[in-house]
Amino acid sequence: MKMNGNILLHHGSGGLMMQNLIHDLFLANFDNRFIRSLTDSAILPGKPGRIAFTTDGFVVDPVFFPGGNIGKLAVCGTVNDLAVSGAVPLFLSVSFIIEEGFPLSDLETIVKSMASEAKKARVLIVTGDTKVVPKGKADKIFITTSGIGHVEQEYEGISHARKVRPGDLVLVNGTIGDHGMTILNARESLRFSSRLESDCACLNGMIRKMLKGSPGIGFMRDATRGGLAGVLCELAGKTGLGIEINEENIPVREEVNGMCELLGFDPLHVANEGKIILVAAERYGKKILEIMKKDKQGKTSAIIGKITEGHKGKVLLNTTSGGKRWIDIPTGEQLPRIC
Amino acid sequence: MCLGIPAKIISLEGDLARVSIGGVEYTASISLLDDIRVGDFVIVHAGFAIEKVDPLEAMETMRLVQEIEAQSRKND
Amino acid sequence: MEFIEEYRDKKIVGALAESIRKRSVHDIVLMEVCGGHTMAVHKFGIKELLPSTIRLLSGPGCPVCVSGTGFIDSAIRLAGIPGNIIATYGDLVRVPGSSSTLEKERAEGADIRVVYSVLDSIRIAHENPDHHIVFLGIGFETTAPATAAAILKARTEGLTNFSVLSSHKIMPPVMESLIDEGVKIDGYIAPGHVSAITGVEMYRNIAEKYRMGVVVSGFEPVDILQTILMLVSQFEDHDPKVEIQYRRVVKPKGNPIARELIGKVFITGDDWWRGIGMIPGSGLKIRPEFSSYDAERRFDLPHIPNKEPAGCICGEVLKGLKTPLDCGLFSAICTPVQPVGACMVSAEGTCATYYRYRKTA
Repeated sequence: MKMNGNILLHHGSGGLMMQNLIHDLFLANFDNRFIRSLTDSAILPGKPGRIAFTTDGFVVDPVFFPGGNIGKLAVCGTVNDLAVSGAVPLFLSVSFIIEEGFPLSDLETIVKSMASEAKKARVLIVTGDTKVVPKGKADKIFITTSGIGHVEQEYEGISHARKVRPGDLVLVNGTIGDHGMTILNARESLRFSSRLESDCACLNGMIRKMLKGSPGIGFMRDATRGGLAGVLCELAGKTGLGIEINEENIPVREEVNGMCELLGFDPLHVANEGKIILVAAERYGKKILEIMKKDKQGKTSAIIGKITEGHKGKVLLNTTSGGKRWIDIPTGEQLPRIC
Repeated sequence: MCLGIPAKIISLEGDLARVSIGGVEYTASISLLDDIRVGDFVIVHAGFAIEKVDPLEAMETMRLVQEIEAQSRKND
Repeated sequence: MEFIEEYRDKKIVGALAESIRKRSVHDIVLMEVCGGHTMAVHKFGIKELLPSTIRLLSGPGCPVCVSGTGFIDSAIRLAGIPGNIIATYGDLVRVPGSSSTLEKERAEGADIRVVYSVLDSIRIAHENPDHHIVFLGIGFETTAPATAAAILKARTEGLTNFSVLSSHKIMPPVMESLIDEGVKIDGYIAPGHVSAITGVEMYRNIAEKYRMGVVVSGFEPVDILQTILMLVSQFEDHDPKVEIQYRRVVKPKGNPIARELIGKVFITGDDWWRGIGMIPGSGLKIRPEFSSYDAERRFDLPHIPNKEPAGCICGEVLKGLKTPLDCGLFSAICTPVQPVGACMVSAEGTCATYYRYRKTA
């Protein structure tokens, strides 16, 4: 049953229209026993050990872009935040704030997309909320998610980078900059055409295989806003150690390079939605790389550098031409340059 | 002051040309140039092709610097 | 990517760096006056490859950074007129005026749009017949032809809801002015794409008058290093002259079509360079016959003076006479997030670079 018409204020007012929307759209797609019970809180089974808990807001514009939409982004972003913390993602909550007039068919596409990603990631969307605001009070649709996961003790330290040591290797699971450049091109009507797509994807499957397949992972983070550079600078700051990266080893798509050259952007600062940076003890690096490459989300994985004793707290880039420079934290959004 | 990138002309349409840089296509103005053909390389700056890239001169520059590189290898 | 990758070849870069090291015996000061070169030097880590005899200065080569507060204030004033849409190149939105930036004004509700090309603003004008689009024309001789072409296109199409606020500038006056003010420069790394438009005749006067080398450079590491080798060789041989390293793009006579367009639409006049001051004949003003496309005349803009913020010593930093550490505003008040002067506005300006080095330790 393809929905048509637009979201009205009534859809958020708790009455019959909202009930119908919840049943026909949300329950129909996020189908599981927890959400079906429609209680004010989902009562979930517990497990011994630690809980990982994360929240995120999604306001991407445009709402639909090559490679995905705001809903897919919301599920993948939350799942990934849990997975890089060493957790098995289990349950998600979803809250929608929708602008009056938003097409129902678009909402349906977004919801179906979320259901599909949740199914792939084996997480359940167990509770949610819907609000509708008058036209002009929100930009089409905002989604806020929270996620719960279970962390086994041996992985608890991964986010804190406590085990990172000089000599450890730095890895990435594929090409950088795809998402940011896709969004920029779609949003700013720069009128570049390319086959570039967002890399938005749930990485928990690949990460689980890595964690179970080998010891030695000392740190993981997803490289979202701020890009590869953001994560590396944060890591160097956190550990007080130095990081050395080889530009020739960083996987970048030709299209991303082309667009970045045209606009004067640095691919290292461009956002990703399906990429993680991880640190692995040297003797396990190759094995972990192999595990990553076998997974769909890690086919172009690479070892891009290492942790060092020298230049503490700083990230050094060995450029493809043999020079060296520091990688720094981006100050804000990159803007197209003319000089 | 000159962010400009070599791009290949893949088609022409009056004052405009479809150019390609690393698989990304863009429609640039060629109103600042004459005698442009498909297959030519141009420097694109702020949406305009400002000059052609001369492949013969490019080869000559490469030859000169490659000579320096070869000389340096000999000295090692 | 063709005509790019081979000019980044590690072995060739290494060999050129070695040749420079062998050739450079005496201390030499070289200045580049092109934001593209400043960025390339940083991006490829070029300074680390040079011997200690070579001091590489970054001059006022970024048209965004040298835009005065008066220009930004005028743009903000135009943005405040109901029905106006401001179209601008990206990095201008962060440049501080006397009290605000275009970015801040946009957050307050002004319709300010970033465009990649001036032609995008013509398109916006066609799509919004009830609005007036003002394009902020900044850039040197590389970018001025595009603005000129856009004004002519607007006239041909009978477009009446479009105008340009021009702050275009030209290079030779500032290159002479720096030396006249006492900046010690032994050679200029001349801007590659400016020269592709202008040709190289305009540098002969500088080379002869000041007995210094001027070499037009491309933007890849091989280009910049070959240029430095040429300048060093000229210097060591006491043979200063004008040469073109970037021969695959720059012809001695430049691009006559582009130059004709500039001459048709613009006339030179005095202009203000942030951090330096007024330089006679360094700006491009829209000719009276195109006054309906000149935002200044169209909106009867009052002259808004340019202010150098109190305590800002960008002028001396740009000339290599002082370092950012000598500046009282540096890092306390003037930071990359809240830049005050030109040297901090540009991500690769001297002060922004110093700030980054200083931050991590």
